[in-house]
Amino acid sequence: MIEIENVHKSFGALQVLKGINLTVDKGEVVSVIGGSGSGKSTLLTCINGLEPIQQGRILVDGTEVHAKSTDLNKLRRKIGIVFQQFNAFPHLTVMENVTLAPRKVKGMSKRDAEEIAVKQLSHVGLGDKLKVYPSRLSGGQQQRMAIARALAMSPDYILFDEVTSALDPQLVGEVLDTLKLLADDGMTMICVTHEMHFAREVSDRVAFFNKGVMEEIGSPKQIFESPQNEETQKFLSNVR
Amino acid sequence: MGNYTFQWRQAFRALPQMLDGALVTMQIAILSMLIGVTIAVLLAVARNSKNRWISAPATAWVEVARNTPALFQIYMAHFGLGSFGIYLSPFTALLAGIAFNNAGYLCETFRGSLRAIPPTQTRAGLSLGMGPVKAFRLIVMPQMFRIAFLPTMNQMVWAILMTSLGVTVGMSTDLTGVTQDLNARTFRTFEFFALAAVIYYLITKAVMLGARAVAWRLFRY
Repeated sequence: MIEIENVHKSFGALQVLKGINLTVDKGEVVSVIGGSGSGKSTLLTCINGLEPIQQGRILVDGTEVHAKSTDLNKLRRKIGIVFQQFNAFPHLTVMENVTLAPRKVKGMSKRDAEEIAVKQLSHVGLGDKLKVYPSRLSGGQQQRMAIARALAMSPDYILFDEVTSALDPQLVGEVLDTLKLLADDGMTMICVTHEMHFAREVSDRVAFFNKGVMEEIGSPKQIFESPQNEETQKFLSNVR
Repeated sequence: MGNYTFQWRQAFRALPQMLDGALVTMQIAILSMLIGVTIAVLLAVARNSKNRWISAPATAWVEVARNTPALFQIYMAHFGLGSFGIYLSPFTALLAGIAFNNAGYLCETFRGSLRAIPPTQTRAGLSLGMGPVKAFRLIVMPQMFRIAFLPTMNQMVWAILMTSLGVTVGMSTDLTGVTQDLNARTFRTFEFFALAAVIYYLITKAVMLGARAVAWRLFRY
């Protein structure tokens, strides 16, 4: 379970998150929608401790992420994150990209790690690209590799940070299909996304962020069909 | 020009002697690179330090090494230090001067290659559960190595050519030293120096071709 309690985050004088409260249960898929600069991506990097917070707290399975005593390296093993810009490791093959962390972080043997990698890469449709370097992959393939890389650590949670925003429109579908597959498998996911159809179809709940505030949260039906908040209504009427 | 008779045979007869000199040249160049790379790494770390007492001396080193003639640096190592009672042999002074120069240039090469790796690479490593040191070692460093490799080999070529300045501090066993000696004894200036130039050219070409081959083998991405 991820518990976000009254989280405030600022970059210098700029307040990005202004008191966010959100609880995500095991197996739940929560989509976060909202305009650029609403703080939704920042929230994800706070959850896995890449960014410090100024106030409030975030608990992952009861462990406080930003407590000094928390071993972040250990905590991050169970929180996967996939970035907008893929962040493939260009000097490693697809296979090596995926096996690196299981081997060097979890201390898995090469053979075991490769077994997992083959499984995960086949799962995302890259079973035939094992020996290829990322520069030879399309954006969609790189992003699917990044997803496999995160999955290879067998995390309990995965955070998706606008994973389709840097892709050509015709490549968006293949990545979203991969996310749907994961959701069907029961993975706990927080997806920051601009894909309203995806949010509507796959999520258990949808949260709308605006200027660092979570204005509204509810079932997809509720948010998309009868939003209560004025800002939500405005946003949705613009993206439709 | 018209009256000069070329005497190549004499020069070719001295070839083994000159090749021995070339070995000394290579020895100095390689040693100066090993020392230079080591110091350059330390300088690069020091220059990126927030503590000015650490970064300022490193910056001074880089500034002097890159903006003064290599000849001056070698002179200082030999005659300059000699004024303070520290006497370095021609070999050591030449080695020290070139290593000093290498360290200054390579420091900036390394810093530049570090800056070329986007910080998101480190973030990706951290988010997979690696500590900062592990992320640097496994993700950043191999990529830096590729970026810095050819410029470093370029500096190697430069180091080989810089060894010729040793003759000004009394170096007599390297390629230029041997050539100068032969020249003084025979006055066959053109032949000996032309032959020396060809040897320098072949050495540096070989180094660069070797470097390309290694790069091609190593960096397949």
